[in-house]
Amino acid sequence: MTFDDIFSKLSVKFPKGVLGKEETKPDASIKIEPSAIHEVLKYMRDELNFETLHMVSGVDYPALPALCVVYHPGSYHHKMIVSLKVYLPRTDEAKVTSVTDLYKAANWHERETYDMFGIQFLNHPDHRRILCPEDWKGFPLRKDYVTPDYYNGMPVPLYFEDGAPTEGGAH
Amino acid sequence: MGPGDNVVMTTMDDVLNWGRSNSLWPLTFGLACCAIEMMATGAADYDLERFGCGVFRATPRQADLMIVAGTVTLKMASRIRMLYEQMPDPKWVISMGSCSNKGGPYWQEGYHVLKGVDRVVPVDIYVPGCPPRPETLIEAIMMLQKKIRVQEAALGPLGFMRKKA
Amino acid sequence: MQMDSTENLKETLRTDELLLNMGPQHPSTHGVLRVVVTTDGEIVKEAKPEIGYLHRCFEKHAENSDYIAVSPYVDRLDYLASMNNSMGYAIAVESLLGIEVPRRAEYIRVIISELQRIASHLMSYGTYGLDMGAFTAFMYGFRDREMILDIFEMISGARLLYNYMWIGGTYRDITPEIVQKIKDFLVYFKPKVEEYNNLVTYNQIFVERTRNIGVIDLKTCHTYGLTGVMLRGAGLKWDLRKEHPYSIYKEVEFDVPVGTGQMGTLGDCWDRHIVRMNEMIQSIRIIEQLIDGIPEGPHRAKVGKVIKPPAGEVYSRTECPRGELGFYIISDSTGKPARVRCKSPCFMNIATLNDLSQGVMVADLIATIGSLDIVLGEVDR
Repeated sequence: MTFDDIFSKLSVKFPKGVLGKEETKPDASIKIEPSAIHEVLKYMRDELNFETLHMVSGVDYPALPALCVVYHPGSYHHKMIVSLKVYLPRTDEAKVTSVTDLYKAANWHERETYDMFGIQFLNHPDHRRILCPEDWKGFPLRKDYVTPDYYNGMPVPLYFEDGAPTEGGAH
Repeated sequence: MGPGDNVVMTTMDDVLNWGRSNSLWPLTFGLACCAIEMMATGAADYDLERFGCGVFRATPRQADLMIVAGTVTLKMASRIRMLYEQMPDPKWVISMGSCSNKGGPYWQEGYHVLKGVDRVVPVDIYVPGCPPRPETLIEAIMMLQKKIRVQEAALGPLGFMRKKA
Repeated sequence: MQMDSTENLKETLRTDELLLNMGPQHPSTHGVLRVVVTTDGEIVKEAKPEIGYLHRCFEKHAENSDYIAVSPYVDRLDYLASMNNSMGYAIAVESLLGIEVPRRAEYIRVIISELQRIASHLMSYGTYGLDMGAFTAFMYGFRDREMILDIFEMISGARLLYNYMWIGGTYRDITPEIVQKIKDFLVYFKPKVEEYNNLVTYNQIFVERTRNIGVIDLKTCHTYGLTGVMLRGAGLKWDLRKEHPYSIYKEVEFDVPVGTGQMGTLGDCWDRHIVRMNEMIQSIRIIEQLIDGIPEGPHRAKVGKVIKPPAGEVYSRTECPRGELGFYIISDSTGKPARVRCKSPCFMNIATLNDLSQGVMVADLIATIGSLDIVLGEVDR
C-alpha cells in the first residue's frame, strides 16, 4: 500500500472530509476537515489496519493565519506512517474533537498540544496542562509569545533591559 | 575570632569543623544530565566515599549538603526551596553545572527555566561545566571542605560559653 | 462483655485510602518524575504520573537557532544516549537537504551508535539493579560504562554530551588508536554479559520480583503507541534497523531479540530486561563486523557553513535504546527551522503507568518504573 492508495481510499469514503493533499517533499500529507477527523481515524483504525497513533502535534502558521494539528497514524501491517493535517482558525476558539477514545496515545499528546498552542480538544477526559504549571498564562509555542517577566515572584529572564534586579530571593 | 573567644572555644571550633567537613552527607538531588556525572563520581572510578561523602541520603532531614545537579525549572523551584528548608543547620549548597549556575544553554528562550538556582537558595560553591567532569566536582567538594574548616562553628550546645559579640 | 468490646472495635477501626506523593525528589524515580499514588494499605489503587518538572523549552529554542545550532540541544534530550539522538536529527535534516553521507562517515556513525546503545543498556541494567537493592550491579555497570566513555572522550573530547554527529557526517575523524581501543574493549566485554546475567538476571530474588509484574501485551502497545523494547518484550519482532533500514544497517547481520514469557507472562518486566541484555550481545556482533573494514574517504559531506534546506517537511525515525525517536521538521527555506517536533519514546512509556499498576504492591510499582527505562530529559523536552 502506498500513500496514494490511502489517499484515494479516503477520498472515496469521505468525499467531504478529505480536502486534498499537500505535495511537500520528502513527506506528503493529507488535509482533513476538522469535523471529519474522528471518523477518518476510526475508519483507518478499523478498516485499513492502522493500529497505532504515533504522534499528535501542533504547528503555528502566522502567515496563513492558521493553527494546524498534525496526526501521524502508523501501521505495522503495511509498514508505513501517514501524515494527516487539520487546519483551524488562529483564535481562542480553535476546537477539534479528541480521538482519545480511539487511541489512548492521544491523551497526553493532545494535552501537550493544548498546553503549547491553546487548541481545545472536545470530549477529552483530562483537559489540562501537562508540561507547564497549572497556572501558566499564555501558550508558549505560538510565534507571538512573549516570555513573562515574573512567575510567582521569581524573575524569569536572565537579565532585564532596564537593569532591574534579578538576584535575591535567597537568604 | 570574636571578642568572647578563648583557646577552649577555638579548639572546639576546630574539632567541630574537622568533623563536619570530613563527613558531609549529600542529598540525592539529581535533576538532569549532571546527575549522571554525580552518580559517576560516586561510583567506582572516581570514588566520593573516600572524602566522607559516600552516604547519599534520600531524605533531607538527614543530609547536610545539597548538590543541585541539573536544570532548575520554575515548576521545580518551589520544591527546591521546601527541601532546603527541611534540611537541618548547618547546611551547604553546591550548584553543579551551567544550568543551575545561570541557566546554562537554555538562557535565551527558556520561558520555563530558572536562570540560576541562587534565585531561590543561597549557594556556597558554583561548579562550571556542561556537564562538569567528576574531577571538577571532587575539587568543588574539597574547596567546600576548606571553606568549612575556616569558619566559626555555630553557637551550638556549648553556646553559653561564648559571649555574644 | 468481651464480645461487646470486639464489636465496638470493629466499628471504630475503619480503613481509608492513603494519598502518597512519590515526589519529584525520590531516589528511584530516575529523574524528576512525580507519581501520585493512592494506596489501600500496601496495594496500589491508582498511580498517576505528573511530568513537566524538567521542561526545558527545546522546541522553542529549535525555532530560534540555525539547523547546526540545534544539535547540542538534541544531545540533551536523552542524555544517556546522546550519540543516537544527534544521529536521528542529522538523518532528518539530511533527508530534507537530499544529500548523501560518505561511506566512512556511515561506518563511524554505526559503530559509535552501537557502542552508545551498549552504554545506555548498561546504565539501565545498573539502575534497575539499584532499584531492586543490588548495589553491586550498579558498580559493575558503571565500571564498564566508564570504559566506553573513555573511548568517546578520545573520539570527541567530552564524556557525556558530545555534539559529534554533525549534519553530513561526523565532527572529527577517528584514528587507528581509537580503532584498537574499541577492539580491546570488545574482547574484554564479550564474556561480561553472561556474568551479569548470572549475577542479576537469573538470580532467584530478581526473578521473583520482576516476573508477572507490569505486563504489557501487544494490544496495549498498539493503543498507546509504544515502540522499541516494549514491543519486542511483548513478542513482536519489530526493529527499525531491519524494517526501514537507515545508514548501512542493510549490510550487517544481527538478530532481533524478543521476549518469550520464559519466566512468567509474556511482556512482563523480566522479559524486557532480558531483551535489553540480549541487545547488548547483538550490538557487539554489529561492531565486530564493521570495525575492521572502515573505508578511506572524507568524514563529512560538503554542506557549507549555512544550511538552508528547501521548503518541505519530513518525519524521520531512528531506533534508539529506548524506542523509536522521531523528528518532525518543517522547513520554510530560511536558515532556521519553522517547527521541530521531537517524538520521544519515553513519553508514552510513562503514560501507561496507571494501567500497569492496578492492584499491585508499592514495591512492584518501583519494579515497573525501572523496567520502563525512562529518562526525564526526553519526556519533558
